[in-house]
Parts: sequence; structure tokens; C-alpha cells
Amino acid sequence: MSQATNNKIFSNLWMIAVYLFLYLPILTLVVYSFNDSKLISTWTHASLRWYEALIKDDDLISAVLLSLKIAGISALMSVFFGTFTAFALNRYKRFTGRTLLSSMSSMPLVMPDVIVGLSLLLMIISVQHWLGFPDKGLFTILLGHALLGTAYAAVVVTSRLREMDGKLDEAAMDLGCKPWQVFYLVTLPLLLPALISAFLLTFTLSFDDVVLSSFLSGPGYSTMPMVIFSRARLGLNPTINAVATVTIVVVTIAVIASSFYTSHQERKRKREEAQAYSDSNK
Amino acid sequence: MAINQGFFSRLLDGKHAVISIPYFWFILLAAIPILIILKISLSEMQGTSVSNMIDWSNGWPKLTLNFSSYQFIFSDSLYLKTYLSSIKYALLTTLICLVIGYPFAYFMARSPKHLQPMLLMLIMLPFWTSFLLRIYAWKTLLENNGIINNVLMSMGVIDAPIAMMNTPFSLMIGMVYSYLPFMILPLYANLSKLDIRYLEAAADLGTSPFKAFWLITVPLSKAGIIAGSMLVFIPTIGEYVIPELLGGSSTLMIGRVLWNEFFSNNDWPMASAVAVVMILLILVPMAIYNKSQAEAEAK
Repeated sequence: MSQATNNKIFSNLWMIAVYLFLYLPILTLVVYSFNDSKLISTWTHASLRWYEALIKDDDLISAVLLSLKIAGISALMSVFFGTFTAFALNRYKRFTGRTLLSSMSSMPLVMPDVIVGLSLLLMIISVQHWLGFPDKGLFTILLGHALLGTAYAAVVVTSRLREMDGKLDEAAMDLGCKPWQVFYLVTLPLLLPALISAFLLTFTLSFDDVVLSSFLSGPGYSTMPMVIFSRARLGLNPTINAVATVTIVVVTIAVIASSFYTSHQERKRKREEAQAYSDSNK
Repeated sequence: MAINQGFFSRLLDGKHAVISIPYFWFILLAAIPILIILKISLSEMQGTSVSNMIDWSNGWPKLTLNFSSYQFIFSDSLYLKTYLSSIKYALLTTLICLVIGYPFAYFMARSPKHLQPMLLMLIMLPFWTSFLLRIYAWKTLLENNGIINNVLMSMGVIDAPIAMMNTPFSLMIGMVYSYLPFMILPLYANLSKLDIRYLEAAADLGTSPFKAFWLITVPLSKAGIIAGSMLVFIPTIGEYVIPELLGGSSTLMIGRVLWNEFFSNNDWPMASAVAVVMILLILVPMAIYNKSQAEAEAK
């Protein structure tokens, strides 16, 4: 066998091994969610009994609903503040305290979750001492998730803003648009794919977070990861496999659909741009 | 802009509104909380709350700084040992991710162009499915009565289960598994831009592929190596969930110490002091990362 084919085989094997390593745990989660045995690791025969248990598991269901609510609201907040952060840092290259803003906005990305959670909680407790509110619960979890999400959303929106050169904004301005019209009619539609991916990313981050929620939650507010985490600490529980399978299926479909959507939008935009260009050259 | 415009009308104009909204947001939720941690780390517990650093009882402010938490951290060998072992596990994770991830990113960048988006998507996809559930999955695989042991025993490879859970091994598996994509993505971004003509020129001049790899490819991908390593090293130092679920009680990680000081011992100043020292530890690799990013952008 030649050296080149040997290399090819080696590189293919290496890549397959890494993909197996990444997907093996996910596959076993899914496969064993259909296992009838109470012992998670001994395969007896296929059944849907853990899905039945999941439907009847009121604690888990209400935790899932709470997590969906928190993820939805905090993702909206994240996209809102993240877009402002990205605009401030990219459209205005010079203002007092720009370095401070850029380092504050990257802080939640690099700090360990335990530090972000602890510092936010201690801040909230101080405010509570002082003003009498807010109580720990939904609102405080939202603040934590939105802080983390803002940092990520800012990164996503920034990368899109760097691709847009601002010439279209200037053109719209020259044609007599007011600044807010430029934003709604030109900038926002161009930014939309980035805003959608920022929303999906921050939604996932919030839906997945256990550390911040544990610090910031109050009595009666247990998110889905908090419930799963406390059960996983105690041992193995096949209902978790069932809920994992449901999440994995939903997330996979959403990710694939959104990547198709964004690549479709991208192609459509390129086509329209080319069309406009050739029209103007006629 | 007229000089006599008032503060509020300036606030309402576009630029200042755009800047001040994220500013207030991050000052409130990022800067002030860090200052509060610093403040509380310099106080002590009094009953269920912390002592006041500034005492106004005499009519003028009297500042009391209490360094007892820091003294405790630096005198008690358990804390030092825990910091050192967090650094050790983080370094080890980074190294293993690099050894697995570098060849992977290299092969991915060399694979047919039309396959690359799909290969990339397959690396990102696990990132979208819950991190917590993936760690839990490893628990079901690695337990004494877990899937790997069961399969090996039913095949007759081993007679008794191998103890894998709650060891440094299971901790490493969980950390490498979770952070490998963070290593692969910047390396791939870097290696896919590598100009293949350098390697062709080297081959024409008689350099062996092995030598060309070390003399050309590796030095040119330095920025990717640094970025990937820091993206793995920084978050693993303070990791809490993975050591809690996979590490067992014998593997020391500083994130768990902070958690226990706060939730079990209710010692806020101690938890804050642990956090402040952790922040100082992270500043070094962060400075390295920022410098390499700035250099890469300047090119």
C-alpha cells in the first residue's frame, strides 16, 4: 500500500474515532431511554415505560415549563442588550470608557459560572437589604441568564456587523431616511439572521444552565437542569434519559431547520444583491 | 452638536442612547457584583449576614478591612492544594484536547471542500444539546454497574467491573469531552486558511512531510493553538458541574470548594475570597489570550 493511502486511512480513522467519542454518550442516552429495565445499564427489552413515567412526573414537567419560559424571556433580553452592546462597540470606535465596556461585556464569557452566580447573588442581596426587593425567584434567574446571554449575543451580532460595511446605511441616509428609518428598513433586516442565531444560542444557554440558576433561584423555582442535576447527583434515573431524548430530538430539528433557513436567506440576499447590481449597470 | 445641550437631550440622541443602555446593564450586573465580592471578601460573618466594612456609628466613617479569609486561604494547605490541583486538571485537559484536536482539525481542513461544512456542523451539534445531559450520559456509561462495564463483562473481557467513576479518569473524560469542540473550532479556522503552497515549496526543496509539518504548519498555526488552549484552560479551572457529577469526593476542584463554602458552610466572605483568588488566577491566561487575538487581528 502506498504512503498516501496509509495516511488517508489514518486520518479517516482519527476523525471517525473523535466523532464516535462525541456521539457515543448521546446515542446511549437515546437508546437506553427505550430500555424496560429499572437498572439503567442492563438492557432487557424495548418499551416506552420511562416516557409514561415522564408524562406523569409533575415536578419535571413544571420544571421544563419554567425553563422554557425563562429561556424565552431571557433570550429576548439577551438579544436586545447584546445588539446594543455590539452597536456601541462596532459603530462608535471612540468614546469614553469603550475599553471598560468591551471588557465588561466579555467578562461573563471568561468568568467561571460559580463566580458570576455568586457575585450576582451577593449584589441582589445587597439591593434587597437596601430597597426591600427583588426577591429571589423568576426575576433574579432572568437577570443572571440575560447577563450571560447578552455577552454571547454581542459576539454573534458583532461578527455580522463586521461583514456589513455600512454603505447601505449611508445610501439610505443620502436618500433621505431618518436614522430610525435606516435602522428599521435597512440595518435590522440585514441583521435578522444574526439576531435569530443569537436568540437560539442564548435560549439554549439559558435552557442548559444549572449553576447560575442554583445561585439565583428562590423557593418554588426549580428549573429543568436543577431538577436533573439534583437527581443525577443521587444516582441514575431512566426518566432523565427520556427527557434527554425529547430535548435532543427537538434541538437537532431546530438546529438543522435554522441552518437551512439562514443559508437559504443568505443565498436569497446574494441573489438580490447581484440582481440589483446588474440592473443598475444596464 | 451644540455645547449648551442638556444632559438628558444628549442622552436621547442616537449615539449616547446606544452606548448608555449596555453601559448601565453591564455596570449593574457585571462591574458592581465583582466589587461587592471584593468588599465581602474583606469582611467577616456576623450571625447570618456579613459585617459592615464602613462603620458610621461615631458620626464619621471608619473603614475596617478584614483579611482573615485570605490569611486562611494562604495558610491552610487544603486550599493551596485545591488551587494547584485545579490548575493541574485544567492543564491536563488542555493538553489532551490539543493532542486529540490538532490532528482532527488538520485532517478536517484537508478533507474535500464540499464535506467541510457538514463535518463542522457535526462538531457543533453536540454543543447544542444539553451539556448537563451529556455529562449525565457519561455517568451511565462509566458507573461500576454502568454500560461499559456491563458490555465488557458480558463479552467476557473482564470478570469484575473496572472502577472508572469518581476517579481522575472519569473527571478527565468529562472535561475533555465537553471542551474538545472549543479546541477544534479555532484550530480549524486557522488551519483551513493555511497556504498550501508553503508546503509544496518545502516538498520541492526536498523537505520530508514530517519535517515540513513541524517547521511550517505548526509555527503558522500558533495563533490557533493559543486561542484553542486558552478557550479550554480558562473555563476548566473553575468548572463545577463536571467534578461534582463525575469527579467524586477525592478529586479537588476549586469551583466545588467555592460552592460548598457558600451553600454548606454559609461562609460568604470565604466564598468571596476564594472567588477573588480564582479571578486573579484567570487573569494570566486571559492576558495571553487577548494578546494573541490582538496580534492575529493586526496581521
